[in-house]
Amino acid sequence: MLAILTNMLSMCIPFSVALLLASIGEMFNQRAGVFNLGCEGVMAMGAFIGMLIPFAAGGGGAVSEWYNVLGFAAAAVLGALLGLFFGVVTITFRAPQGIAGIGLQMFGVGTAGTLFRHFVGGTQSIPGIPDIEIPLLSRIPFLGDVFFSHNAVAYLAYLFIPVAWYILFKTPWGLKVRAVGTNPRAADSMGINVSRTRYEALMLGGALAGLAGAYLSIAQAKMFSDTLISGRGFIAVALVYFGHWHPLQIMGGALLFTFAQTFQTQIQSMGISFPYELAVMLPYVLVIVVLSFTSRNQTTAPTSLGKPFNREMRT
Amino acid sequence: MEGKITELRMEHITKRFPGVLASDDISISVGEGEVLALVGENGAGKTTLMNILMGLYQPDEGRILINGSEVRFRGPEDAFNAGLGMVHQQYMLVQNMTVTENIALGYKKAWQPFRLSLSDVRRRVVEISERYSLSVNPDAYIWQLSVGEQQRVELVKTLCLGARFLILDEPTSALTPQETDELIALLKNMTSELSIIFISHKLQEVKALSNKVSILRHGKVVFSGNTDEHSSQDIAAMMTGHSIELPKNVDKTEPGNVVLSIKDLCVMSDRKTLALNHLSLDIREGEIVGLAGVSGNGQRELSEAINGLRHVESGSISFFGKEIANFTPRQVIDEGMGYIPEERNTEGIVPSFSIRENFVLKDVAERQFSDKAIVKKKALDEYAETLVKDFDVRCPGINTAAGSLSGGNIQKVILAREIERKPRFLIAVYPTRGLDLGAVEFIHQQLLAIRREGIGVLLISEELDEIMDLSDRIAVIYKGSIQKVLEHDEATRARLGVLMAGVSE
Repeated sequence: MLAILTNMLSMCIPFSVALLLASIGEMFNQRAGVFNLGCEGVMAMGAFIGMLIPFAAGGGGAVSEWYNVLGFAAAAVLGALLGLFFGVVTITFRAPQGIAGIGLQMFGVGTAGTLFRHFVGGTQSIPGIPDIEIPLLSRIPFLGDVFFSHNAVAYLAYLFIPVAWYILFKTPWGLKVRAVGTNPRAADSMGINVSRTRYEALMLGGALAGLAGAYLSIAQAKMFSDTLISGRGFIAVALVYFGHWHPLQIMGGALLFTFAQTFQTQIQSMGISFPYELAVMLPYVLVIVVLSFTSRNQTTAPTSLGKPFNREMRT
Repeated sequence: MEGKITELRMEHITKRFPGVLASDDISISVGEGEVLALVGENGAGKTTLMNILMGLYQPDEGRILINGSEVRFRGPEDAFNAGLGMVHQQYMLVQNMTVTENIALGYKKAWQPFRLSLSDVRRRVVEISERYSLSVNPDAYIWQLSVGEQQRVELVKTLCLGARFLILDEPTSALTPQETDELIALLKNMTSELSIIFISHKLQEVKALSNKVSILRHGKVVFSGNTDEHSSQDIAAMMTGHSIELPKNVDKTEPGNVVLSIKDLCVMSDRKTLALNHLSLDIREGEIVGLAGVSGNGQRELSEAINGLRHVESGSISFFGKEIANFTPRQVIDEGMGYIPEERNTEGIVPSFSIRENFVLKDVAERQFSDKAIVKKKALDEYAETLVKDFDVRCPGINTAAGSLSGGNIQKVILAREIERKPRFLIAVYPTRGLDLGAVEFIHQQLLAIRREGIGVLLISEELDEIMDLSDRIAVIYKGSIQKVLEHDEATRARLGVLMAGVSE
């Protein structure tokens, strides 16, 4: 029994990384007042480019680690550019964010799939990145497997949580982001460039979503397919609400969701006679249930979420 | 940030918005240590003019001079740097941040590349709040503060950012009478170091605070002069273009039957505390009962509980002998209750609906307006045209979106809807808040008119003058119960003020 539990928990951290990066990125978007439903599409593009670079370099065989790093970097840049593009549509042209986001999602998923078929063809695997056993710590029974035997990017992603918290609450830029998402008129009256701040947040959010996608293809699945993202981008958006726009609570949400997912795969692999269709649904149902019971605490919410800003609009 | 501002002039300022000439060749000037009151009705162009001064809007024509030399403000930052600071009518505060964080937004000295020195900002906040005796808690979140406290935060913020010239846009519109008096005393104190422009249409304050007054009407300056050379009546007449005498409730009537009887009513607030604590009140037909009190003492909860918008925990509400506690809003409406809610833009109308549609929100399903679930457009149009005329709603047409009207006209739309459906009783919550004198006069006349028809009215207000002018009896609410009910002749401002502060006699 302990072996099963260890197995489940040890999958939690590496499998939660993509969700975590994407939802922290989405948190920055939303704190600045823009929700990007296109997260899924940005992740797909990131996953594709992230996989393409090491694959092109090694043809599926072993490659220098630097090609993986380059894959991640390219995914981040591409994600930031897609965030910039989303900003042009929603900030400069003030398009409705929900519709624009769905557009970006379809564009990203569709383009990634098409390019994949053109440049790669069918299912091809890449070597990916190795797990790092942290000396000594990884030898601790149970804890070593759960916490100290993962790949480098997973560690970095978790180290980014306190960094994200610091950026949001302890830097001038974080202050600007929170202000433009809650009361852009106030921010504007204090001489803060609302549009610029929102663009910056969208580019950061896009870069993180791109990295999340690349993590899925390079570190987790070690391949790309049309269904690789499978709704994680939307779950990431939901987790931001679930976590009340706070990095730590979002991390909790990402872990909870991932745990539910590993739990359901475990049920299937153990051959318990339980309809697997229902088991697959479990994590998603959990998100819906938890979201409906999350308190609508308006005191932390970015209250201008989804509203374009126009200084000379008389209200 | 250097030197005092000894003179500020705006010359020949003109600004056009689509379809409106918001500022028409306006010139004003303010000298050192002076207080200029900018008065005018709603929509006269006061706020637009100040937004131009702060660089939020660009003027189409005209120029701004500080100490004799011309300045050009491309945005609010340029205006700050010149030493101007504005406290907007809608507070420019971010609700989910602390007082210190809000001020840090503009306090660029504390901005380092990767670190925000909040402790520096906090020190500055404490220093300024002590120097001007504006008490604020630097660590409180804005959403935790009352309106009066938020205003002090705005003042501290403006001063922290180095303002040597203050612009205040209707600083008292949301304050209680006590807070207003405090604010005026504070501002007077500050004039030893600063010059102030303050926008208002409350003439008592204009007289109490300002040296000079400029009156705006329809985007033009119609008068400029020294405040103490002119009476409030003169200024009011120039503001509206005709002289105004607010109507008073003078004709005595015999008390009728009790129509609304509230007994031991207990209701919870949004924060799950007891907002009404065993409140009891009787109102008779043909009388206006004024409910006086500092806002936040249960007025909102009382009006919502009666109208079926808030759950009644215990107690009874008897309306013409029928128990209506915990009725649905529809049932309360069908009993003949008229209701002018507190938030006219969000509760009183559907802003995106036309004026015509807002008139029939409650009655569109009636025979008069629809036939077998199909709306009778013609009947609706005729009804709306009549109401617009009878209630003097100034609007381009009945198809105009109600939300685009001025506050006074929105209130007239609500009043028309509620009165025209012949209610058996009317509850009016802050019916004249933020309105100019002309609109106040009209609404007071209408309330007195339905009283003469024998309808009971519960008037909830913070304006003691309004309550004393209109009420037959005055009930004072404090912490969710009625402190005392006074006959009209027993009530004085002083006595009400003491009761409102919670001191029982």
